[in-house]
Amino acid sequence: MTVTEILFYAFSAVLVVAAVGVITARNPVHAALFLVFSFFNSAVLWLLMEAEFLAIVLVLVYVGAVMVLFLFVVMMLDVNVAQIREGFTRYAPLGVLIAAIVVVEIGSVVWVQSLGVDFGEAAPSLAVEGYSNTRALGELLYTKYLYPFELAAAILLLAIIAAITLTMRRRVGLKAQDIAAQVAVRAKDRVRIVKMPAETEP
Amino acid sequence: MIPLPSVLMLAGLLFALAVAGVFLNRKNVILLLMCIELMLLAVNFNFVAFARHLGDLNGQIFVFFIMTVAAAESAIGLAILVVLFRRRRSINVEQLDTMKG
Repeated sequence: MTVTEILFYAFSAVLVVAAVGVITARNPVHAALFLVFSFFNSAVLWLLMEAEFLAIVLVLVYVGAVMVLFLFVVMMLDVNVAQIREGFTRYAPLGVLIAAIVVVEIGSVVWVQSLGVDFGEAAPSLAVEGYSNTRALGELLYTKYLYPFELAAAILLLAIIAAITLTMRRRVGLKAQDIAAQVAVRAKDRVRIVKMPAETEP
Repeated sequence: MIPLPSVLMLAGLLFALAVAGVFLNRKNVILLLMCIELMLLAVNFNFVAFARHLGDLNGQIFVFFIMTVAAAESAIGLAILVVLFRRRRSINVEQLDTMKG
């Protein structure tokens, strides 16, 4: 067993434990933190599988942006945990059963494959002298996958617009400056000149 | 060298845990979204493993696009969740029955 394999199995075990933590945590904040932990472990495993760029993107985008968003929402919403949690144990057997079925199904496919049809030898490592995973991915992304890449950009823009328009609201009675109205104001709107006779000594 | 069946089993296990999570936390919408993230992670594992095994970088490109869509999905999902909580003061799935579903 090589060092790579030992690292792989060790981090896989931690990853599975973290995933169990995500689905069983009592507090949603703990669940989010467990998810952050499992993303970190996945990043390490992806590094072992020579997907360096994706590992870094996983940490930056998921841990840095998506999970922070999750934590933000979890803490912003005043969720009644006790009420949400009721019925947890009632559905636990069903959940475990479904999970076991999925594991057995996927496991049997992998097992049968490894019995009869061999997976074949792994390709030789791409990581030769002077190889850069980021550079290779970039070359693919900006040539062969240019159109999907632009579509991905459009999807992100769509997500920004959708999220902002959904959550933006005008509060009633909120006092805010309207710069355009302030600039457009004229003296006769503000000052009223009242004609009155001069006061004289009686 | 990491054996391919081990990675596939790990991905399968992760996916199964996420499915179990959907059943266990079927009331809390935030946790449902987190379980979906976990499922997408499991799928990405398969892509990365096969990209390594076949020496083909196209699999990693797919992971890139899946991550883009997942980020957009969770952003919009959480925005919907915030609006929902503002209106109903609850994120319990069972109380969201306005449409008599």
